[in-house]
Amino acid sequence: MKRQIPMLILSAVGTLLVVSVFIPSARHWQEDASLYFDIIAVFAFFLGGGNLIRVHAEKVSRKSAGWIYSVVTLLGFGIMLVTGLFKIGNPNGIAGDISQAGSYFQLLFQYVMSPLNSTMYALLAFYVASASYRAFRAKNTEATILLVAAFVILLGRTALGVLLTNWIPAQFSVLQVPNLAIWIMNAPNLAGQRAIMIGISLGVISMSLRLLLGIERSYLGGDN
Amino acid sequence: MKYIILLFLTCLSLCLSQALLAQTASSDPPAEAALVPSEPPAPPSNVRVSDLANDDGHGIRVTWDLSPDDGAGRSSVISYDIYRTLNPNDPDSLWKKVGTVVLGVRTYADRGEREPGSGSYLPKHTNLYYRVYAVGAGVRSAVATAGPAQATDDWFNTMKVPELIFCLVFLVLTVRFINMAKKGIDLYVRPLAGIEAIDEAIGRATEMGKPILYVLGIGTAGDIATIASFTVLGRVARKVAEYQTSMIVPCCDPVVMTIAQETVKTGYADAGRPDAYKEDSVYYVTSQQFPFVAAVNGTILREKPATNIYLGYFAAESLLLAETGVLAGSIQIAGTDQVSQLPFFVVACDYTLLGEELYAASAYLGREPLLLGTLKAQDYLKAIVLVCMVALLALRMITGADVISKPFDAPWW
Repeated sequence: MKRQIPMLILSAVGTLLVVSVFIPSARHWQEDASLYFDIIAVFAFFLGGGNLIRVHAEKVSRKSAGWIYSVVTLLGFGIMLVTGLFKIGNPNGIAGDISQAGSYFQLLFQYVMSPLNSTMYALLAFYVASASYRAFRAKNTEATILLVAAFVILLGRTALGVLLTNWIPAQFSVLQVPNLAIWIMNAPNLAGQRAIMIGISLGVISMSLRLLLGIERSYLGGDN
Repeated sequence: MKYIILLFLTCLSLCLSQALLAQTASSDPPAEAALVPSEPPAPPSNVRVSDLANDDGHGIRVTWDLSPDDGAGRSSVISYDIYRTLNPNDPDSLWKKVGTVVLGVRTYADRGEREPGSGSYLPKHTNLYYRVYAVGAGVRSAVATAGPAQATDDWFNTMKVPELIFCLVFLVLTVRFINMAKKGIDLYVRPLAGIEAIDEAIGRATEMGKPILYVLGIGTAGDIATIASFTVLGRVARKVAEYQTSMIVPCCDPVVMTIAQETVKTGYADAGRPDAYKEDSVYYVTSQQFPFVAAVNGTILREKPATNIYLGYFAAESLLLAETGVLAGSIQIAGTDQVSQLPFFVVACDYTLLGEELYAASAYLGREPLLLGTLKAQDYLKAIVLVCMVALLALRMITGADVISKPFDAPWW
């Protein structure tokens, strides 16, 4: 019963939403369903918050490895919760908008959260460099092709690429490095991407059908 | 020290260039030109209104013949303004402007909202009247009125016929292959290295006495990639329980966490070891993308998991996670349906499930006839799509007609 009821709900709601794609009068069913999802998600946020406090409080009480990070997490969670919930420092008081300029919540978001987010994002540049270094080692034919293609694109996106090959006559302009880079991006790269996307679309349909027909049950643990 | 100075100088030059750019932008003269009212253009003619086809009953199509001054005559038309009201005798102030189109356009679809409280509400089964003005430089033409028209809802979207045919073909193929599988006919499915490596990776973790990290991505429980990941998670949890090793599942969404907890718990129960399940092994981190990455990277570096499995919806965090996994020396298996993230996983992970392989993973792991039947149907449909694409392309090259997009652009009857 524990597995049958969720499967029944999934099949019924899923089938209705698929049907609503073909019936314009029923198009709002999709919006309604996402509204119900949001309502359920609100309750799940309580579960999430509760789980976060429990997991980290246990780490702190047991003094397990890295417990100091849990203290930071709990402090951050508590401070943001209190400043957001009670709208501390909000010029319009408790009735004001949570993102009102000048409120402590907004200040913390602007001067702590955003810079930290940007810092994490900026790390990506260094990670791309290290990943590229590993990927571009010409170990075999495929890696060599990748290296050559990447080299052409890198060169084609810089002024050096233009300088090196602008002597090539107009009738052979496709051989100029910037044009070669554009061709690689627009022909082989795009073709490969589209092939993967077609596969993904079919995979999504197949997966949805498996779920709707109740063939796929492993997410409920009942696959045998 | 010299690197710090170099970094500082780079930052300084970037800041200066930004400041210079901002100054240049602010010193640009305002691109405003005073509109000198000219003679009004001639109005559009033959204005017609009709119900918008294939909609939910809250849309009207307005069409008109172009003003004689649109691209000809005095060429003074810039755009057309479309107004709507319930009563044609209303004064001008009660006519509501619903849209503007540029010169040369002779139709407008007035798509309203279905909620009466909404500002753009368009009532169903009610007489509606429309006005169209040709607008010149600071002036507008005389009015051209049309109506009444009533918006009605349709029971089938005729634009969706190709999709319906596609779905039906897929359904038929699926049922056929499922029946074949039920009869015991062996269905060959090509091996997926990434999936075959999962058992090996779990075994490695057991030998090393280290945990397995399973990341479901940053998608919600409604994302199909996350659902596909749940199906694999259930099977991985069961294997983990059988091998008596441990797993860590940090989640980016509370709903995902709740489902993941249930999935892992059931996996342990199916393996006959419900007591080995630790509730803290599946936990919520945060819904923010980069704080989630920071937390998971911290876990990777502290716990040094033997195996990292990243399956689900991933964005910019894909490389941040995978590169940290490389630093920690973990075996990494990844899979996502985000095409732009696949290259990052390919370079940083040992095995990558490309797009559709993520959805096939569960069926491949289970090896059940029913699941394999759907995989076979998917493969056949892919072949049909390829044949159709090549045939339509050839037809287009031979005839020159737009046979590729036309079936999807117009109603089928």
